[in-house]
Amino acid sequence: MKPFFDRLRGKKTKPLKAQDNVSTIPLSGEKFGVDSTRSLRIEPQQLISGCGQSIGKQRDHNEDCLFTFSVTSGGETNSSPLGLYIVADGMGGHQYGEVASAAAVRAMADYLLKRFHAYLINPSEEMEEPLQEMMRAAITEAQRAVTKAAPGSGTTLTAALVLGQQMTIGHVGDSRAYSLRNDGCVEVLTRDHSLVKRLEELGQISSEEAATHPNRNVLYRALGQGEVLEPDIFTISFPQPGYLLLCSDGLWSVLPDDTIRNLVSAAPTLHSACQSLITAANDAGGPDNISAVLVQLIG
Amino acid sequence: MGSVYRARDLHFPSVVKLVAIKEMINRAPDPLVRKTVVQNFEREANILATLNHPSIPPIYDYFSGDNRSYLVLEFVHGHDLEAIINETGGFLTEERVLGWAIELCEVLSFLHSHKPDPIIFRDMKPSNVMVNPTDHIILVDFGIAKPFQVGQKGTMIGTEGYSPPEQYRGEAGPLADIYALGATIHHALSRRDPRLEPPFSFSERPLRKINPAVSTELEAVVNTALQYNPEDRFKSAESMKEALVAAGRKTGILNSTSVGTTNFHSSAGIKPLWVFQCEDEVRGAPLYYDASVYIGSYDHNLYSLNATDGKLNWKYATDGGVVTRPAAFEGDIFIGSEDQRLHVISARTGKVNWTYYTEGRVHSSPRIAEGHVFFGSDDQHIHAVNLMSGRAAWRFETAAPVRSTPFVAHESVFAGCENGDFYCVDFRGEMKWHHKAKMAVTSSPCEADGVVYFCSLDGSFFALDARAGWVIWRFRMGKGSVASPYAADGLIFIGSADGNIYAIDARTSKETWRFKTEHQVSSSPVVYKDALYCGSADGNIYCLESRTGRLRWKFTTKAPITGSPLVYDDIVYIGSTDHFLYALLA
Repeated sequence: MKPFFDRLRGKKTKPLKAQDNVSTIPLSGEKFGVDSTRSLRIEPQQLISGCGQSIGKQRDHNEDCLFTFSVTSGGETNSSPLGLYIVADGMGGHQYGEVASAAAVRAMADYLLKRFHAYLINPSEEMEEPLQEMMRAAITEAQRAVTKAAPGSGTTLTAALVLGQQMTIGHVGDSRAYSLRNDGCVEVLTRDHSLVKRLEELGQISSEEAATHPNRNVLYRALGQGEVLEPDIFTISFPQPGYLLLCSDGLWSVLPDDTIRNLVSAAPTLHSACQSLITAANDAGGPDNISAVLVQLIG
Repeated sequence: MGSVYRARDLHFPSVVKLVAIKEMINRAPDPLVRKTVVQNFEREANILATLNHPSIPPIYDYFSGDNRSYLVLEFVHGHDLEAIINETGGFLTEERVLGWAIELCEVLSFLHSHKPDPIIFRDMKPSNVMVNPTDHIILVDFGIAKPFQVGQKGTMIGTEGYSPPEQYRGEAGPLADIYALGATIHHALSRRDPRLEPPFSFSERPLRKINPAVSTELEAVVNTALQYNPEDRFKSAESMKEALVAAGRKTGILNSTSVGTTNFHSSAGIKPLWVFQCEDEVRGAPLYYDASVYIGSYDHNLYSLNATDGKLNWKYATDGGVVTRPAAFEGDIFIGSEDQRLHVISARTGKVNWTYYTEGRVHSSPRIAEGHVFFGSDDQHIHAVNLMSGRAAWRFETAAPVRSTPFVAHESVFAGCENGDFYCVDFRGEMKWHHKAKMAVTSSPCEADGVVYFCSLDGSFFALDARAGWVIWRFRMGKGSVASPYAADGLIFIGSADGNIYAIDARTSKETWRFKTEHQVSSSPVVYKDALYCGSADGNIYCLESRTGRLRWKFTTKAPITGSPLVYDDIVYIGSTDHFLYALLA
C-alpha cells in the first residue's frame, strides 16, 4: 500500500526489485569472520565449542573418545572462562583400544575438573599449582587408568586446558591440535609422536612418503605403552580471532590444511563445521575413526 | 614379562651359593602362542648355555611348568648401569664409561662371531648391563637375543630410544647392536635418557655440549656408532673397540698436559673502549639516552657520561646510595635513591627539576608509562607519580618493602614485594590479583605474550597469566634469585644465586641450556642480536650465544658484578663493585 500512497503524494519510489539487491543484505558470518562477533561486544568473554565423531568407513567399531567442557561465570570481575577439551584415539590393533581411550579421557577430566571445582565455586580462590604441573599430573593419572583398565592397550591423548587467553596443551601420540586463525593461517601446534613424523623431521622421507608409509601407524609415545612417559606440555595464547581444533588422525590424515580451514570458515556454527569436517573425511575414504573438537574464544 | 628372583642353591647346603632365577609368566590365551613362548624361552636357555664369556652370566638350569618358565643363572652382584646413571650425582667419568664400553664391544664381538649364526643382542641398553663390584660389565637379559640369519626379516621389537632406525623396519644386524651401544654410552655420559627424547635424535644432543668434560675423541667414536645409516657406523664391534682404545690412549696423553686450555677470548684479549671511575661501588644499571650514558653509584651520585668517550658531562648528588637504573622521558632523567626520594633531573644541565618523597629507601627503578612514573619503595608502597604535576596519582600499599621494578603492560602494573607477594595493580591503583611466593620477590618482572615472568628467593621461577594471575608453570632453580628475567625469541633468561644463567623455553618451561659462572648471578641478562650479556659475582661479564649458551667471551673486572648490563649500538655498558663503569665492544 505504501508505494500507492507515495505515488499519490507524487513521491518517486525506487522499483521494489532494487530492494532485493544483495548489497542491503547483512554480510554472512563467514565474510565477517570473528570480527562480527567482536563488533557485537559479547560479554562476558566465553568459550564455545562444537564436536563431531564418526566411526569412519573402514572400521567396525569406534576407538576414539572425545570430551568437551566449557564454563562461563558472568558477573564477577576477573572470572576467566575455563574450558577443557580432549581427544583420545585408542590404538588400532590393540585389544580394548576403546577402553583405553575412554579410561584416559575420564581419568584426565576427573582429575582436572576436581582441581578446578574450588575455582568454579569461588573464582577468587587462589590456585597455587602451576597449570603445566596439573596437566602433567592429569596425564600421569590417565596413564595409570589406561594401564589398569586395559593392560597392553594404548591410546593417544591431546588435551587443551583453556583459562582466559592462555591454553595449556598436553599431548601424547599422533592426535593433533591446530590453531586456525582468521587471517587464514593454519598451524599444527602438536608434534606427532610417530615414527614417520620423526623420519620426516630427519629429512629421511618426504611428507608425501610419510602419508603412505607402511609404518605410519607406529607411535613412539602413547599412553599405556612403555615404562617411561614424557608428554609434550606447553602453554600458548588461544588463537583469537580464530579457532582451536583437536582431532584424531582419522581427520588430519585425509584432509589437507586448506580444506580444514575452508570448511571451518564456511560453516555457520561450530557444530556444523565439525560435521562438514567429518563428512569430508568420510568422503575421502574414512580410513579410521574420526573425531573433531572445535573451540572459539569470543568476547 | 616376568620377574627375577634372588635365590639360594640348596644343592650346596653348607655354603651360600646365590643364583638368579628369571621367571617368565606365560599369559598368552592361545595354546599355540603359549607353546611358542615356551619354545622361545627354551631357545634362549640353549643359546646361553653354549656361550662362555666373562661378560655373560653362566646358566645352571632351566625348567617350565604351570604356565611359568624359569632360568637359573649366576647371580650377578652389583647394579645395572641405568641405576648407576640415575644414582650418580654428576656425570660418570670418561675413564669409567670408556672401560665399560670397551668390554661391551668385546662381548658384542664375541656374540657377533658366534657360529653357526651370529647372535644379535638386539636389546643393548643400560638396564641390561650389570656392573659388578670390580667394575666389570655383565650382559643380562637375553630375552630377545636370537640367532641371526642374514636377510631374515624379524618382527619389530627392541627398546625405544636405543634402537637404530633399521630395527624399526625389522632389520637388525650386528650394526644395530653397535648403534644401541653408542646410545648406551651416550646416555651414560650425558645423563640424557633417550627414551625421553624423540627417536634418532642423538645428533641434536652433542655429548660435549651437555657434558664438556667428554673428550672430542670419545665423542667422535660415539657419533660414528650412532650414525643413522648402518654403513656409516663402525663395520664391527671389533673396529669400534679399536677406536675406543685409540681414543683412550690419545686422551690419556692429553690428560697429563691439558691444563688451562681455553678456546674463547680471554679477558686479556678484550680492551674496554673506555672506563669511568666512580667514588664507590656501582650496583645499579646504566641507561643510554641521547648520546649519553647515565649511571648511579653507591657514592650517592648520578653520573652523566659521554657515550663515545666516557667523559663526564655532569654529576648530580643525592643524599643516599643509588642502586637503581635511571629512566628518561622528554629531556628528564628519573632516578631513585636511598635518600627516600625520586629525583627528576634535566638531562642537559644536570639540575634538579623536581623530587618526590617516599617514606623509605628507593631500591626499585622507575618505570615510565602512560604519563606516569611507577616505582616501589621500602615504605611498602608502589607509587604512581604523574609526570606533569610531579604528584602522586596513587600509592598502592603492600605488605613489605617493594624493591622490584614495576612492569607496565595490559593496563596493569606488576611488581614483587619483599614478603613474597606479587601484585598486579590496575591504573587506578586497585589490586587486580596477587600471587604469593614463599620468599621475597626482589626480581623485577617482565611480560611477553600475556605471560608475566619473575623469580623469588625461594628458588622458584614463575610464569603467570598476566590477566588473571594463574600460575602457568614454575621452574626450579638451584637457589633463589634477586635477578630479573629477560624474554627474547621464545626463551626466558634468568640468573640465579646457584651461579647459573638459565635459558628456559617460554612455552614448555623446559631448560634449553644453562651456563655455570663461578659465583652468584644477581645481574639481569640482556639479549642483543644473537648474544646474551650478563654479569656475575665472580667479577666477570659474560657474552654467551643466546641460542646455545656457548661462551663467546668474558671480561674480568676487579670485584663482583651485581648490576645489569646495557647494550646499545654494539656497545655493552656495565658497572662493577670495583667502582668502574665499563664500555666494551659487544
